[in-house]
Amino acid sequence: MSLLPWTIYFTLGGALLALAAGARSAAAARWLALATALAGWGATLGAAVRFTPAPGLQTLVDVAWIPELGVRYHLAADGISLTLVVLTGLAATAGVLFSWNVTERTGEYFALYLLLIAGVYGVFLSADALLLFAFYELAIAPKYFLIAIWGSTRREYGAMKLVLYSFAGSALVLAGLLWARAASGAGFGLADLAAGPYTAGQQTGMFALVFLGFAVLAGLFPFHTWAPTGHVAAPTAASMLLAGVVMKLGAYGCLRVAMPLFPAGLAFWQPVIAWLAVAGILYAGAVALVQDDFKFVIGYSSVSHMGFVLLGLAAANAGAVGGAVLQMFSHGVIAGLLFAVVGRMVYDRTHTRRLRDLRAMPMHRLLPFAALTFVLAGLASMGLPGFSGFPAELLILVGAWKTSPVWALAAAAGVALAAAFTLRAIQLAFFGRTGGAAAGAPRQSLPPITWPERAGALLLVGATLLIGLRPDLLLGWIGPSLQSPLFQAALKGGAP
Amino acid sequence: MNGDYAALARALAPETALVAGALAVLGLDLMWLRRRPAETRLRTAVGVAALAVAVAVMLVLAVGRAGVVAGGALQVDTLALAVRLGVLVLALGALGIATGAPIPRHPVEYVAVMLFAAAGLTLMAAANQLLLAFLAFELASLSLYVLTGFDKARPESAEAALKYFLFGGMAAAFFLFGLSLLYGLTGSIAFPAAGAVLAAPHSSPLAAVALVMVLVAFGFKVAAAPFHLWAPDVYQGAPAPTAAFIASASKLAGYGLFARLLWAGTTPGAEGGVPGWLPVVAVLAGVSLLLGNLVALAQTDVRRLLAYSAIAHAGALLLGVMTAGRAGFGPLVYYAATYGLASLGAFGVIAAVERGGGCRRLEDLAGLYRRSPLLAGCLTVFVLSLAGIPPLAGFFGKFAVFAAALRFDGPTGPAGGLALLAIALTVVALYYYLVILKQALVAAPAPHNGGRIAVPQPAALTLAVTAGLIVLLGVFPSLVLGWF
Repeated sequence: MSLLPWTIYFTLGGALLALAAGARSAAAARWLALATALAGWGATLGAAVRFTPAPGLQTLVDVAWIPELGVRYHLAADGISLTLVVLTGLAATAGVLFSWNVTERTGEYFALYLLLIAGVYGVFLSADALLLFAFYELAIAPKYFLIAIWGSTRREYGAMKLVLYSFAGSALVLAGLLWARAASGAGFGLADLAAGPYTAGQQTGMFALVFLGFAVLAGLFPFHTWAPTGHVAAPTAASMLLAGVVMKLGAYGCLRVAMPLFPAGLAFWQPVIAWLAVAGILYAGAVALVQDDFKFVIGYSSVSHMGFVLLGLAAANAGAVGGAVLQMFSHGVIAGLLFAVVGRMVYDRTHTRRLRDLRAMPMHRLLPFAALTFVLAGLASMGLPGFSGFPAELLILVGAWKTSPVWALAAAAGVALAAAFTLRAIQLAFFGRTGGAAAGAPRQSLPPITWPERAGALLLVGATLLIGLRPDLLLGWIGPSLQSPLFQAALKGGAP
Repeated sequence: MNGDYAALARALAPETALVAGALAVLGLDLMWLRRRPAETRLRTAVGVAALAVAVAVMLVLAVGRAGVVAGGALQVDTLALAVRLGVLVLALGALGIATGAPIPRHPVEYVAVMLFAAAGLTLMAAANQLLLAFLAFELASLSLYVLTGFDKARPESAEAALKYFLFGGMAAAFFLFGLSLLYGLTGSIAFPAAGAVLAAPHSSPLAAVALVMVLVAFGFKVAAAPFHLWAPDVYQGAPAPTAAFIASASKLAGYGLFARLLWAGTTPGAEGGVPGWLPVVAVLAGVSLLLGNLVALAQTDVRRLLAYSAIAHAGALLLGVMTAGRAGFGPLVYYAATYGLASLGAFGVIAAVERGGGCRRLEDLAGLYRRSPLLAGCLTVFVLSLAGIPPLAGFFGKFAVFAAALRFDGPTGPAGGLALLAIALTVVALYYYLVILKQALVAAPAPHNGGRIAVPQPAALTLAVTAGLIVLLGVFPSLVLGWF
């Protein structure tokens, strides 16, 4: 466990080194970034091996930081944090592999990339609300530059929209946290803030600010519109991280900060959140069904899948929340894979993402590896048994049924939609022209898939299969964590 | 009486060092350096001046918290100590920047006047008496008018100086009139008596007039709306080091002086009634926040953009003044000092870009990452700190002030409500700050303006140290907050 804080320090150090190395040699920056990502991931896995599941956060570091303002440098982890830092390490490593072809300003690219990752690790490990917030903002700022400098379609617009939405969300969070601290009078530690006391009315307001602020980043309908444009504009690895881990930051903030701190607020807002989540699942699924831009399909599918996470949180029982955390992990892996195929394997080679154009090319012959990877990722995304999406969505639906069967039924329609838009994308993009007659078409060959791409895809496919077959590996960490008194208060307060 | 003078001399030793330094700079140049190239003269003058400032820093530390000096004329407490140190560090920064800016026609006089201004500002930090406060205020202001008009090659500089002087003269007249009313009401020129009149909840009409007049001067000094009209023109027309100095040290000293005066009548840390001036300052804060942030969106000139952002920051800093009586001066001074560092740095970068070509419109910053990676990197730190992104100091300044405001009267009170407004407006502010960075880091250099920029070493060092300080104070805010 004591390895976990080092993920942050390694990654920050790696960012500085990559910046320095990039001035001389792009290859050095690349390898440094890969080494850093692997070191971070290794640290999370090392910590995972020695982790004993127990209710409550296990403190890693706890020192006074800004005593004048009641802020402590307090890092701690439980099974939920551990699940998500392992995901971060995995996604970071895969992202570096899929960024291997970045040649312009490589050092700066990896420096910003690693800065973002360091912020993400920090959020998942913070036990002080303000420390968490600081890391959260640290993760937001680099996104603007990653998208605006290395992005594609309407990149400056997409970057600005994404960052302003995220920042507006974090402004709400900051307002809520400052209000809570002013009312409670103690420090910013999560336990201090949870102690209150707040009136029911205050809790309703504080919960609304903090939850909504974080939920913007989790893609809550109707505040999700930054996500598809941002994902489309971003370079491949940045979309992978955005969908894979950054959106999880929002959901994690809802779960770690908003829900345990203000249980009465959760009880009040529960139906609203659940219906917005269901609306997001259905609306984004329906929109994904009619997109012509391949990346928009994936972008909207992310919003739809994150809707399941939010529904699981809103259902507020141990099963559904556990499922939501599992879905965070699962979607982090699957979305990374989907964006990797679309952005790196297909777009970087064909220079088109329009399904209409791709349909005219025999993609399954030109890029068989990409086709296979996408089919596997698509199956996982549809929630087929054997892949990680299945146990996660099942747990969420069963849990939501316990709270309100109507939500579960409505969301189940979203599963069908997911199958529809995924199959459509597979069909149009890879198997549009199956007849042999087209074999003589021009543009016969595309550059072959490189080793970093294969390695990254294998990592991610392996992860989704492993968790699909053995979800208990993660659920064994998550379940006990939800037994902590703080979560119990939220889950009890949220019961119908 | 003799002992009193000794104490006074001791307490004013830093100012003495600054004035002596200014005279030494002038004398040295007059005797030996007249015929040397302007660059050499400027560098020598800056070197001597930096030495004087360093001596002043040591003297400030040696004086420490001497308490009330000279029958109450000076109050050398933690606030004075921190503001004086801040002003001196910022003055050092402005001197460093001057070595990287286009060289004025009278480089040595420029440096000397800057030292006089610094002496006025440090005196403002410690003044505890109406007369001395006015003297210090005027010494600083007059020096700053001169510094603004120093660029004789550009008509904008003269225009800015005249505008600044006219507004400043009016403000000084209001200030003096307000102070004389306060003296008439209390029969005393000590701050505590004047502060008590200003803070009384239901005061006489005469006291209300005095209050408004004092606040006009305050609003002018810190560029709070609606007394901000000089700021965009001065920021645009003044030589960059002057603009840097006005945006940083002059503001810090202004907040120090007026926060001391306004809270002088109440015991620090005491709960109790809301001072009578609070609603007026709340209006200034709200108007500044809204006007600064919204008008900044429409700017295409870098310096005017920074001026409106300064007005927006003035609104947030006024929140710090409103809550200083209960939360202490820590958040206010921390915010003002770190804001000063960031805007000083931003003007330093502008100065260096100006030397390598023009820097008027935002597009002139295009491709800075290629033209000078150092400037681009430093500018990123400064601008993100102004925007309030952790772990840079700008975030913790805002955070400390907003936290104090929400504790002051909850989310529905005037201070707390303004804090919520300010938090909402940070999103607006982020947009225009990112527009600056978009040019510097994303856009490709313009073909006619794409050469590498050579930054003189002292200026490069100043910028790097300033950026480092912003990161350091951001990661360890207690280095400043812990004093109070």
